[in-house]
Order: sequence, then structure tokens, then C-alpha cells
Amino acid sequence: MTQSRAGLTLAAVFLAISVVLTGCGGGGKPAAQVPAPASTGDQPKLDGELNVFNWSEYLPQEVIDEFSREYGVKVNYDTYSSNEEMLAKIQSGASGYDLVVPSDFMMQVMVKKDLLEPIDLSAVPNFKNIGDQYKNQAYDPGNKYSVPYMWGDAVIAVNTDKVKRPITSWKDLWDPAFKGKVVSLNDMRFVIGATLKTLGYGMNETDPAKLDQAKAKLKELAPNVKVWDSDSPKTSLLNGEAWIGLVWGAEGVLARRENPAIQVVYPTEGIGLWQDNMAIPRGAKHKRTAEAFMNFVLRPEIHKKIADAFPYNLPNVEAQKLLDPSVLGDPQVYPPQDVLAKGEWLRDLGDTTQLYDRIWTEVKGQ
Amino acid sequence: MKRRILGLYSVLVYLFLYAPIFVLILFSFNRSKLNATWTGFTFDWYAKLLHDKPILEATGNTLLVALVSTAASTVIGTAAALAMHRFRFAGKRLMEALLYIPIVIPEIVMGVSLLALYVMLGMELGLPTIIIAHIAFSISFVTVTVRARLHGFNRYLEEAAMDLGADEWTTFRRVTFPLIVPGILSGALLALTLSLDDFVITFFTAGPGSTTLPLRIYSMLKLAVTPEVNALSTVLLGATLLLVTLSQRLQKKEL
Amino acid sequence: MTAGVGSGLTRARASLRRLPFLSRLMTRGSENGRAYLLLAPTVFWLGLFLLVPLVLVAITSLTVRGAYGETVYRWTLANYARFFEPLYVQILWRSLVVAFWTTAICLAVGYPFAYFLAQVPRRHRGTLLMLVIVPFWTNFLIRTYAWVVILRTTGVINTVLQALGLISEPLSLLYTPGAVLVGMVYGFLPFMVLPLYTSIEKLDHSLLEASSDLGAPPWRTFLRVTLPMTMPGVVAGTILVFIPALGMFVVPDLLGGARTMLIGNLIQNQFLTARNWQFGSAASIILMALVTVGLMAYARSFGFEGEELVG
Repeated sequence: MTQSRAGLTLAAVFLAISVVLTGCGGGGKPAAQVPAPASTGDQPKLDGELNVFNWSEYLPQEVIDEFSREYGVKVNYDTYSSNEEMLAKIQSGASGYDLVVPSDFMMQVMVKKDLLEPIDLSAVPNFKNIGDQYKNQAYDPGNKYSVPYMWGDAVIAVNTDKVKRPITSWKDLWDPAFKGKVVSLNDMRFVIGATLKTLGYGMNETDPAKLDQAKAKLKELAPNVKVWDSDSPKTSLLNGEAWIGLVWGAEGVLARRENPAIQVVYPTEGIGLWQDNMAIPRGAKHKRTAEAFMNFVLRPEIHKKIADAFPYNLPNVEAQKLLDPSVLGDPQVYPPQDVLAKGEWLRDLGDTTQLYDRIWTEVKGQ
Repeated sequence: MKRRILGLYSVLVYLFLYAPIFVLILFSFNRSKLNATWTGFTFDWYAKLLHDKPILEATGNTLLVALVSTAASTVIGTAAALAMHRFRFAGKRLMEALLYIPIVIPEIVMGVSLLALYVMLGMELGLPTIIIAHIAFSISFVTVTVRARLHGFNRYLEEAAMDLGADEWTTFRRVTFPLIVPGILSGALLALTLSLDDFVITFFTAGPGSTTLPLRIYSMLKLAVTPEVNALSTVLLGATLLLVTLSQRLQKKEL
Repeated sequence: MTAGVGSGLTRARASLRRLPFLSRLMTRGSENGRAYLLLAPTVFWLGLFLLVPLVLVAITSLTVRGAYGETVYRWTLANYARFFEPLYVQILWRSLVVAFWTTAICLAVGYPFAYFLAQVPRRHRGTLLMLVIVPFWTNFLIRTYAWVVILRTTGVINTVLQALGLISEPLSLLYTPGAVLVGMVYGFLPFMVLPLYTSIEKLDHSLLEASSDLGAPPWRTFLRVTLPMTMPGVVAGTILVFIPALGMFVVPDLLGGARTMLIGNLIQNQFLTARNWQFGSAASIILMALVTVGLMAYARSFGFEGEELVG
């Protein structure tokens, strides 16, 4: 009987460990009705838990921890690497998330499909910190469903140690010299969008004939791409697997911080632009807490902290004031006006999205 | 001569099996963040690990899921094994087929189909949905293991016990059960291993706040990887070795 | 959790399905009743959480996809038809090839190794076997990631080779089909070795001696005596490697740079990104069908028993 007794003892030990770990693993003691500390004034009763679904590499752990500590809320933080992935989870209805961060064109989709809860802006007073040009967008007039989070771009990043010639255009990615040396976002809309740009079309093209051309062109890019990575393309640039890439702006800047030879380049055809927003999925169980989280993020010092860790662009003018002027003035972080003017924002394409899906599957599948 | 070649060959295979593990362990002590060149010895990553709340929580979840699913699937699977071994009944063939499905089904198919079920039922993904999935795929493995043990079991021992006046339940308790316990434990151990390491099925059935260790490792691997992952692997390996050695010792004590 | 009502109803429906069955066997006597009682939890659990989901997937595969991915209940075979486009057939073929080579290499590498293990004196065998199992108990993802560290441009192999002066430019080893294969073999090797070992261990050496006494050269003894007698182990190992390898998506994802798309990646992609559950379901059913048919054919030609699957 020694074996079974040993087995039972091991089981008991396991159970004890797991209970202890699950209990203390969260961001703080979950308390169902903790009135918030005096520093934040009178607060509505918050839930003990909040389920956040955000892009990867977009919110530093210390901000999450700070929110947890101050409000006594346990934050469960999951990440995704594309709008489509997030939509898939939310659409299935079984996700359980209270806060998501869709991009502009995805907001259009989600509003159209009634997947979001209206936000009570009176619970998000820090909304006033957002610059007027970021509010009231076409995809969410009156900010009924969303609050701006960050905006940014999709650009080229290049390791100038390995690539000696000047890089100026999206077409450069197709250079046969870069065979197996390109890292690209694993993002359907922006990659197809960049391809369309090289053909002289727009990123929101719906003409099937033009899309066919884009498909053929994109298939030519595929042999150059070593890694498809939307989570952390900077890794491939830093460890030498790739010399050049189609990346998020901040990824390029972060790579540059570690290796100054890596530079961000704005292609002449025009960069891709996006604005991400915090929103609450319909049926979320912790709506009030989600709104409190949004309000917390929009605090100037908090929002600045996020931008310090992940150098995207702040829609929060109060937070911008706290930024180091060298960051605001850095053209590789905040694109100059002429670059912005030529940049293109994505729009929801309705049924044509299926065509894009097909192109994407075909190109990735070969 | 042949022996020596085989021996040499086997050493090479062992090297192949362990080289990656040694590399991981080695770099867990490396000061550099990039896992590329050696820049100095440090315990920093282990310290970081101890304070990494998401990892601690994931570990807790993994253990909880493993325990509950192992317990349940062992009980259910053993019962099934007993039934399949001792009785002949209508539909036995179908039952065999049913029991084989979890063993041969590709994990991804099982994962997506369970997701489809949960969505249809409107169930929110979380620890319960993971546990349900783990039980589902473990039952068959327990059954096969226990049946293998039952195969070598002498039925006449049971008959002898009953002839000597013991009733069904006492016979089971005093004769049958003790003799098949090693098989049950093997099955439980198998179920535990499957659950602890499962990634694919958990990937499709987990929800917010119910991240398990394999899921957490996967997201760590997709991001800016730091040697913290190496430290985690070393710790897990150490824990595994400890458990294995312990169970070996305990088994020896049985003798 | 809103599971209560939904699963309760399904449970009731499931037990109703078994009712005529139950009444028929109550007359057979308590023996059968006992069997059904012991099996009831299994049947319930696997029925509800294995069969019903599979049926759901089958149904979904026959429906139409709405503009944003929702299921429209109009019946169609379009999803299956789409699978037979050259692109997807190619993906399936590639998966079969990778699974085949993984299995073949595992078998080639694993057989001599298992043979050696079976010949080692008994007192060392336990330890040596444990040494095979321990890497297997390390988390699969981590073991796969270790190969990233070894194979990449600034990884161990390139660093060593460059230090030794054997190469001047680092080799591009990572994110290639070769890397995927190495990762697969590495992950599945123990699954091949253990059943092989179980089978080889049971070999009756007197037969081998007899064969060589009768004048057969070693290779013929191997082909005519050893191999056929260890067939159950070979079959079990092959199954344990081939099937999971076929549906694998983690290794191509981590070691292939998301470049090599195998059928596992396709299914995952359709469910989680492309949001085409209908097409993803069709692909899943096709994969299942392939595996089932293959297994049945395999089992029939070799007549294996399940016990070897779990050594």
C-alpha cells in the first residue's frame, strides 16, 4: 500500500501548492467590494476581477500591477496579435473579456455587428485628456463605444549595418537580395495594403482584378520573408535572422534602442496608419471596472508610462506634455506632417474582406 | 563489436536528446538578455521568475486542472476498464471504438470541436471548460493502461476469495483492487502527464484568467523572449526529475 | 456560467438515447447491468464531450459562412469542394510528407536505440529508460524552443562553427523545413522508442540464436526473425508518431517562422483568424477521415492490439 499512500500524499501536496499559487498569483487580494482609496475620490463599487484582451507588446506589466494595487482588482491579461484574431474570439461569444482594443476599421465591423457595449463617458472623466482630432471618428461618432488608446503606423525597419543601400520604398522589400532576410507583420490588411501600394493602388482596394494583381505580387514577396511575426518582429531584426522588415513603428524604434544601426524608414508610397481604441464587448460582466481601467489608462502619467515602454503615438495631449521633447521631436516616432498626409488609414471592406482572407490563405499556404 | 557500435550510437542519441536541454539550462544563467553569447553568470532570471505573477498563476492553474482531471479520469477510466475486461455485452465493439477515438484523434480536431460545443452551449471559457476537455482525453488512456494490467490478472484469485465466503464488494476491496493498483497508478500518472503538458486542446478551451503553464510559455515564446523562459524550463525540469526520482524510490520501497 | 440549462438538457437527451438499450439489457441480467453501470460515466463523458462536438463540426462543415463568419444554416458542399483546390491539397500533401518523414526518421533512429536498451543488463535498464523519458516530461513547447536557440543565426551551432573558423557567414538553419523536421523528430522520438523497446524486450533470443545456427547471416536474421517479431512495437510506435505529427501546428509555427503551412496551421488559422469555421470544420473532418481510414487499413494489415500503444 506504500505506493498508493505515496500517491495520495503527492496528490495532497499538489493540491496544496496549486491552491496557494492560484490564490496569490493574481495582482492582489480579490475583494468584491473594496471602496477605492481616498486618492481617487468617490468611486463606484468595482468588481474583484477584470478580463483584458489587448494586443501583445502594448501594455507594460507595471501599469497592470499599479491598477491592481490601487483598485484592488485582479486583472487577467491575455493578448492577441491581430484584429481578426480578436474578432474571432469575441464573435464566438464565449470569450468572457471585459475590455478589448480594436483598430479603427475593426471598430467599424464591431459596431456594425453590435458586438460592443456603449460606454458611460461620465465614468471616464479623463477622456478630456484626449486631443480633439482623435475623438469623434467616423467609425464611432460621439465615442459611444470606444475611447482612443494609441495610434501608430506600419513602416519599414532596416538594419543599416547589413543593408548598405538606401531604402525608400515598399518595393525595396521585394528586392531579390533580401531573399530570406525579411521579417513581416503577420497582418493581412497591412501586408496586402503595402502590396497594393507598390502597384499604385490604395490600401482599401476592393476591385477583384486589382486584388488579383496584388495576390500575384504578394506571392513574389513570400520567398523573401523569413518570419511572419506580428507579436515581436524586433526580435528577428535584433538577432540577425532578418535584415529588413515590415513592422509596427514602435517595434522598429524598440529595435533601434537596442541596436542603433536599425532605423525606421517611411516608404514614399505612403505608410499605413491605424488608431487603436479601448472598447467593451457586449455582455461583459465587469463593465464598470472596465471603464475604471480606461480612466486609469488615460491619466497623463500612466499613458505616458505606456508610451515610454512601447513608443507608439499618444492621442492623449496631456500625456504628450509629459513626454521627453526628444521623443516628440523624433521623426522616427512621431512622423512629420508630410508623411502623415500621405499615410493611409484602413477601412472596413465588408464582403470584400473574404477575398482578402482567401488571398492571405493562398499566399501563406504556398 | 556490434555491441560497441550500438553503444556508441546510443550515446549519440542521448546527446541529441539532451543537448537542447543543456543549452537551455546553460543560458538560464547567462547575463545577456539575447540568449546569444555568454556575458556572465547570474541568478537574476530565477529571481525574476519568482516574482512573475502571471507565471505563478499559470502554474497554479495547471496543477489544479491536472489534479482534478486526473482524479476524475482515473475513476471513470478504471471503471470502464473493469467493465471492458470482465463483461461481455451488447455493443462492446462500439465501446471499443468509442474508447479509441481520443487516442487516435488529432488533438487539433478535438480542440476545435470542443470549442464549437462550448460556443453552441453558450458556455464561458475558463478552468471548468479546460478540465472537462482534459478528462475527455484522459479517460481512454487510463482505460488502456488499467486493461493492460488486468490482462495479467488471475481471475481465479477472485473466485477463490468468494469460495472462501467473501462477498463481491469485499473481494473487490481485498483482492482485486490491491492487485490492480499499480496499473491504476500508471494510468493516473499518464493522465497527469498528459494534462500537465497539454497545449493544443487547452489552447482552444481556455478563457481569461485560466491560462495554464503551456499556454503562458507559448505567449512568452512569441514575444521578446528573455532567459526567464530558460529559468522556467530549468525549474520545471528539476521538479520533474525530483518527482521521477521520488517515485522510483517509493517503488523500490514496495519491493 | 450558463452551462446549467444547456448541458442539463443535453444530458437528459443523451440518457434518453440510451433508454431502449437499458431496458433491453435489464432482462439480460445483473451482469450486463453492472457493465453498463461501470461504463455509464465514460459513455456520458465521451458521448457529450467527444461525439457531440464532432457531430457539431461535421454539421458546421456543411453550412454556409456569413459575411463576417457567422454560420448560415443553408446546406452546401462548397467547403469540401474548396478543400480540393490545388492549394489545400498541397497543404495536406505537405503535412503527410512531413509526418511520413518524421515517422521514418524516428523509426530509423529509434530502432537501434531501443534494441540497445533492450540488451543492456537489467539493473541499468531502469535508469537508462528514465533518461529517455525525462526529456519527454519537459514541456513540449520549451523543448521545441530550445531548437530555436540552437539553430538560429546567432545560436549555438553558428557560434561554434564560426568560432572554429569553419564558416564565415552564419548558416540560415532556422525557419526552414529542415528545422521543422528536426523539431518534430525531437519531440516524437520517445513515443517511438518506448513501444519499440517494449516489443524488442519480449524477443525470444533463442529464436535468434537458432536462426544464426542455421546459417542465416545477421541481416537475414534481422529481416526474417527480429523485425516480424517486433512488428507490434513498430506498428504502435508508428501510430503514436504519425497521427499527432499529422495534426501538429506548434512546431511549424515556432520553428518554421509561420512560413510552412501544414494542415494543423490551416485549421487553427481558419478557426482563430480567418474566422471561417465552416471551412475549418471541413478540413478537420477530412483530417479525421484520413486518419481513421489510414488506421483501419494499417490495423487490418498488421492485426495489432491496443496494449502496445501504452507500454
